Amino acid sequence: MPGNTSAQRHSGVIRVTHWIVTLCFFALLLTGGLIVISHPRFYWGEEGSVLMPALFSLPIPASRGSVSTGYSFVLKDQNGWSRYLHFQAGWIVVFTALVYAIHGLWTRHFRDNLMPSAAELTGRALFGVIRKHPRFQPPDEAEARSYNVLQRVTYLTVIFVLFPAMIWTGLAMSPAFTAACPFVADILGGFQSARTIHFLVTVALALFVAVHVAMIWLAGFGSRMKAMTTGTPKERA
Amino acid sequence: MSDISRRRVIRTGIAATAGVSGVAAAARLADLAGLIPPDSGGILGPGETLTYAAQRLIVDQSPAREFSRDKISKSPYPNGKPPADEIFVRHQANGFADWKLSVDGMVARPSSFSIAELKRFPVSSQITHLACEEGWSYIAEWIGVPLAHVLEAAGLQAGAKYVVYASLPIQRRRWDSVDMAEALHPQTLITYGMNGEALPVEHGGPLRLRVPRHLGYKSIKFITSITVTDSLKGFGKGRGSSAADGAYSWYAGI
Repeated sequence: MPGNTSAQRHSGVIRVTHWIVTLCFFALLLTGGLIVISHPRFYWGEEGSVLMPALFSLPIPASRGSVSTGYSFVLKDQNGWSRYLHFQAGWIVVFTALVYAIHGLWTRHFRDNLMPSAAELTGRALFGVIRKHPRFQPPDEAEARSYNVLQRVTYLTVIFVLFPAMIWTGLAMSPAFTAACPFVADILGGFQSARTIHFLVTVALALFVAVHVAMIWLAGFGSRMKAMTTGTPKERA
Repeated sequence: MSDISRRRVIRTGIAATAGVSGVAAAARLADLAGLIPPDSGGILGPGETLTYAAQRLIVDQSPAREFSRDKISKSPYPNGKPPADEIFVRHQANGFADWKLSVDGMVARPSSFSIAELKRFPVSSQITHLACEEGWSYIAEWIGVPLAHVLEAAGLQAGAKYVVYASLPIQRRRWDSVDMAEALHPQTLITYGMNGEALPVEHGGPLRLRVPRHLGYKSIKFITSITVTDSLKGFGKGRGSSAADGAYSWYAGI
């Protein structure tokens, strides 16, 4: 048995923040979905309504009779509690992200565990990882204790691009916040652009979660779940 | 119990006590500073309180985004049809000549204004964005008199905290309220005109209170009364608006 198994795979702060964000993500996804069905049409710029052509629309029933969807029924309005929960979960994510970011900088987690090395970013090295990837080999011991370059790039994108983009586009939809900081909406092209990007990034995050869970399944669900919960991966026989 | 674990328990206890009393002290301070919304109760209250408090501090008196005339929407979406109630139809047939807006509560001179009287105040106009919580939105020019001017004319009293406004009791009466920061904001407008014409009934004519730093549902159509108060407790369930008595948050600046 290789040594170093007593060392924690993930630190306490990372495990706790991971599960808080996971819980909030599903709350945000559910409530966001319930809110979007009141107007499942998307636009670009500042304005948009059923009187205008949509950039694209979702082929789903709506929770408002004013939107013609092709379905003969109207879903129940759930926006009231969904909006309260959406913003409360958003606040929890912001505070959790703050703790995570300070911890990540302080312990050099970002630099040591997430930043890919220059050597990993060469075309040849990337090609090697990508070619190996679809074979779904269980990770070797080194891999089980660190991230490969695809994981690193993906996690960095989720943490430093997609999550901030959600917060940014969310704030850009606030008529009060954009009064104080108009550029937050202006730079995106307007309120409707912000809403559309908010939706598209949600799709990207949902896809990430789906692939993330699939990868964990393939890497050994029990072992990975244990690593992210108790800190120590289950020892392999 | 070992020394270390005892010390740990004591330290955790002190931290927890400090945390709880810290939160309690912060809550009292926030209440004094007017940073607690009327719908702050319940399990989803903390998030709502954070949003309201944070935005009150950050946004302060900043003006809502205004746009150039060429950005005005060609087809502003009228949400719902004009009321078909007999009382409204009669007003409409009469060109709203008898429509009154009452101003009462914590004012020195409770008064009532006709549309013609409101038009005698200096005219204010703005080209702002109206976004519905559902997701649709448009830009329009809104013409009217700032609520602040009307409150001043009625003699706003010290100690006022909220302004409650309500629609004609048609179908179901809609009412809402804003804090004084929003009520006295120069863009908070008693609107009688839109895009250079009289405010169409589809958009809340003859009178709509336009609150451009909030989502559309805060801009109540067909308003007939304005009441200044220091507490929202006596209004509906005390949550600040008919929307919040339903399920929607009172603060709609999101």
